[in-house]
Amino acid sequence: MLISVILFYLFSFLAILSAVMVISSKNPVHSVFFLILAFFNSAGLFLLLGAELLAMLLIIIYVGAVAVLFLFVVMMLNINFAKMKEGLLRHMPLGILVAALLVGELLFVIYWSPLGQAPIPLESVASAKTNTEAIGNVLYTDYAFLFQLAGLILLVAMIGAIVLTHRQREGVKRQDKQKQISRKREDTIEIVRIKSGRGI
Amino acid sequence: MEDIIFNIGIDHYLAVAAILFTLGVCGIFLNRKNVITILMSIELMLLAVNINMVTFSAYLGDIVGQIFTLFILTVAAAEAAIGLAILVVYYRNRGSIEIEDINRMKG
Repeated sequence: MLISVILFYLFSFLAILSAVMVISSKNPVHSVFFLILAFFNSAGLFLLLGAELLAMLLIIIYVGAVAVLFLFVVMMLNINFAKMKEGLLRHMPLGILVAALLVGELLFVIYWSPLGQAPIPLESVASAKTNTEAIGNVLYTDYAFLFQLAGLILLVAMIGAIVLTHRQREGVKRQDKQKQISRKREDTIEIVRIKSGRGI
Repeated sequence: MEDIIFNIGIDHYLAVAAILFTLGVCGIFLNRKNVITILMSIELMLLAVNINMVTFSAYLGDIVGQIFTLFILTVAAAEAAIGLAILVVYYRNRGSIEIEDINRMKG
């Protein structure tokens, strides 16, 4: 029991700390790395809650795909990062005020809600079946339509990203099949009879 | 007092999620320069929502919360891809991604 308590505090403390670093670090590359750390620790929290599949998916999707995408974009854009942080202090008091109000309200509600300090029954979720099997049983039956819709969303996102970033550049030779096929002999070849001793 | 420290219940997880969500909101408020950090703050907020969903899924013994976390992950990935693509196109056109410069659609 004690080890799970220690792990909970370790994971949540590191997640919150790295979230603070994400929004406060000067270099966006460091922000991305701290975002990865935050996701790793949240995956640890998911494991403590008995959601193994989601913990692994979080690592695969976020660390493997989204964070690398962020990293690519940060490194691709040539931005003056030192200039980026100049206006930070101007909005600091308002931001701190809003954040304090929001977190105060949320913690107040959580503390005084009828749920209170209800313990989490780990056994009920991780009962007979594994977590993956339980998710699969529901996902592919009751939520099959939504599952396909999620695939459609990903397809649209992929096409959208390609359409947005694809561009025709000048001065690049590319194959035009239509032009190749519709080429005629008369358009390209000219037969010239040359008398001997003279050029064209 | 010892009870609330050593008995990890649903409220502890909800508190962590609340703090993470607030940090995401805070990141959007404080950052007036860098769009990439704002996108990362949005990811943090979505992560907090996911923690909430998984916590209640474990508390109620209902797997549907985890299914919806899966869908939120899908939408978050799509949103990150589209947002970064827009950012790349914007940078290509304007040569800058400062938020205070983004006012072309103001009219």
